[in-house]
Amino acid sequence: MEDNKIAVSSKQFIVVKIDNEQFGINIEYVDNIVRMQKITRVPKAQHYFKGVINLRGEIIPVMSIRLKSNLKDDVYTDKTRIIILKPEQQAVIGMLVDEVKEVVTLEESEIEKIVADNNADEKTSYINGIGKSKGELISLLNIQGVISDKETM
Amino acid sequence: MDISQYLEIFLDESKEHLQNLNEQILILEKEPENTDTINEIFRAAHSLKGMAGTMGFKRMQRLTHDMENVFSEVRNGKLKVTAGMVDVLFQCLDAIEGYISIIQETADEGTEDNEAIIKELNDTLAGKEDGDPMVSDSEPAKEKEPAKEDKQAVDLSNIVVSEYEKHAFDEATEKGLNVYSIVVHVDETCVLKAARAFLVFKALEECGEIVKSVPSTQDIEDEKFDFDFSVFFITSEKLEDVLAKIKEVSEIKSAEGVVIDPKTVKVEGEEKAEEKHEETKPAATQAKETKPAAKTAQTGKPATSKPVVNRSVRVDIEKLDVLMNLVSELIIAKNGLVSVSASDSAHNTQGFNEQIEYLERVTTNLHESVMKVRMVPIESVVNRFPRMIRDLSKKLNKKMELYMSGEDTELDRTVIDEIGDPLMHLLRNSADHGLESAEIRAERGKPEVGSIFLDAYQDGNNVVIEVRDDGNGIDIEKVRNKAIEKGTITPEQAEGMSDKEIVDLLFKPSFSTAEKISDVSGRGVGLDVVKTKIEALGGDVEVKTTYGEGSTFIIRLPLTLAIIQALMVEVGNEKYAISLGSIQTIEDVPVSDIKYVQTKEVIHLRGTVIPLIRLADVLDVPDKKEDGESLTVVIVTKGDKQAGIVVDSLIGQQEIVIKSLGKFININKIISGATILGDGEVALIVDANVLV
Repeated sequence: MEDNKIAVSSKQFIVVKIDNEQFGINIEYVDNIVRMQKITRVPKAQHYFKGVINLRGEIIPVMSIRLKSNLKDDVYTDKTRIIILKPEQQAVIGMLVDEVKEVVTLEESEIEKIVADNNADEKTSYINGIGKSKGELISLLNIQGVISDKETM
Repeated sequence: MDISQYLEIFLDESKEHLQNLNEQILILEKEPENTDTINEIFRAAHSLKGMAGTMGFKRMQRLTHDMENVFSEVRNGKLKVTAGMVDVLFQCLDAIEGYISIIQETADEGTEDNEAIIKELNDTLAGKEDGDPMVSDSEPAKEKEPAKEDKQAVDLSNIVVSEYEKHAFDEATEKGLNVYSIVVHVDETCVLKAARAFLVFKALEECGEIVKSVPSTQDIEDEKFDFDFSVFFITSEKLEDVLAKIKEVSEIKSAEGVVIDPKTVKVEGEEKAEEKHEETKPAATQAKETKPAAKTAQTGKPATSKPVVNRSVRVDIEKLDVLMNLVSELIIAKNGLVSVSASDSAHNTQGFNEQIEYLERVTTNLHESVMKVRMVPIESVVNRFPRMIRDLSKKLNKKMELYMSGEDTELDRTVIDEIGDPLMHLLRNSADHGLESAEIRAERGKPEVGSIFLDAYQDGNNVVIEVRDDGNGIDIEKVRNKAIEKGTITPEQAEGMSDKEIVDLLFKPSFSTAEKISDVSGRGVGLDVVKTKIEALGGDVEVKTTYGEGSTFIIRLPLTLAIIQALMVEVGNEKYAISLGSIQTIEDVPVSDIKYVQTKEVIHLRGTVIPLIRLADVLDVPDKKEDGESLTVVIVTKGDKQAGIVVDSLIGQQEIVIKSLGKFININKIISGATILGDGEVALIVDANVLV
């Protein structure tokens, strides 16, 4: 019983680094993490899409949070990873991150929910909570917000 | 017996029979005396009934049974085919189609009884007595007989037993045993009917006692029976178990049974009077009598619901054989490679190359064959249109005829599934807007009956479907005015637009020139939907029209969707694929040959002026290369338009597998998909049709 309760109230997150900030991605959405590979540019697509990659015969679009949140363009290093997200059945999207750090388990009590209000600036809608782990703060990504087409609130 | 495993076959075959019925009744409407057609209809209706009964769909069975009764009377010349009757029959077919689609979704036939249609059918039947007594009287007795037999076999309660047999029944009930009367239908294609019957008898004797059979056991052994026989059977087992046992015998189409109450069984002697009375009764009453039989047969239906029938393709066995052969060759090729790599002789590289070539040949053939398996003749979509046109003709009160050609043209299954609606829209358009009313046709000196043509044919890598009518054609001025009125275009714009551009406006959403909205068309959704659908399939629609003479809608579709032959080109550092289907030639054009028309680059090639499209500009390619002394220009065509696509260099021809880019990335129409190259890199496919 005790175990069950913990499982319900805690969530696992993959902690990634983008720019100077640490972000947490709910592990439920993550299908895969792959190393950087050649990205084929897709002309006339949304500006924050880097292009498409081939993952075992499947073509997957890759987006950049940096470009979407108007940060400096990505610099590819050997730590750069593409997180393959599966927000819904039959729909896959890749997300570029600077570095993948670890997997953390956060209790309900360690998560501070952010309620997005209309006055919030663009970036906050990508985040739906702040997690506290080992004295560090992790911004928890709102995957639906990140992948949605809307660029401005 | 678990019937769910037969559900798919049932659905497939029912649809086939239904389609057949539709076609044949259409013929019958034109040639009411055609006996071949009547026989064909009767057979189809009979099979449909049998199948519905076997599967335990009693409502469907009842409807088909009544329908069969009508056909049976027609076949025996007792009933004449009338327009009203054809209408009822078509309603009936629609109702059956309704059953089938419900069954397909839920594995159950639903609760619609279609009483109204059944009543009409019975009215049609009853009408024969006072309607046309002449025919039935003059009919030779011979003709009557098979029909009588038919009824007798189905109609259990009419069978009479001898005194001795009745005694046996009474005894059995006293002992607490059950008495059943069972009708067994043998499959019509069965060759050894007697053998099958014997097996049924054997199965029955294992669990009880056969009191009587109709025809007699001797006759059955001598194959002196049609396709069904009945038995009276005493057993301690349940009816459904007995029926299940019978159905286990192969080539037995169905078995129906009822519990016999010995008290109600008619004894010989009463027979004659009863039978006569029975015969004069309209066949309609028989429907009621067979109903309980169907009900009991249905109890065998499993409670477990297994809906959702898979989408399937019926494949010609020859195509499968070819596939099988190719797969064996593939294995041989693989073994060849293994042995070459194992041996370390000096000929290794040569042997290796040979094997690779072999492998390549086999895979190409394999691909072709698999594609062929996916190909379905367009017939499966278009064969419902004659019926639709007939209905429209009645509804719109216009005389029209549909002529179809090229129904055997094959298209990929995925295309076939999608093409039905657009074609239907176009045909409805032609029927409603295209064809003029009878008065105007007469004024214009056209034949009274309007013609609509549906032609399909293969053209290179495309399949072309043309919907043509000899009607009014598109009134360009009317469209122009309408467009201005609706604010789709400004009057100034309208001035500068060519007729063709005006016609293209028709494909814009919510644009209809019909003065009034009918329930056939005119809501202005049709053409827009057609265009979207066809374009989603990778095809395009074109209109040719002459006012007063008619119009033609030309649909062009790719032969297959999944794999195409493409030319790989390089632009900047990026690779793109252009479908070979749209490429006409590849030219080396000196830069000095480029001319300018309205500040746009064109080239003059063999008498035609062709606009140049610089792919690097269109696709915003970074690190563009400077023009050398000459340009590589890929000349592409779309319909009768041409364009020259300027690329940096050619890589070569390649077979590519088309993949989608997924739903998140918004792609321009120029990019029709992506493909994975041999080295794992992704290349995008440029749709030349959009560029032209």
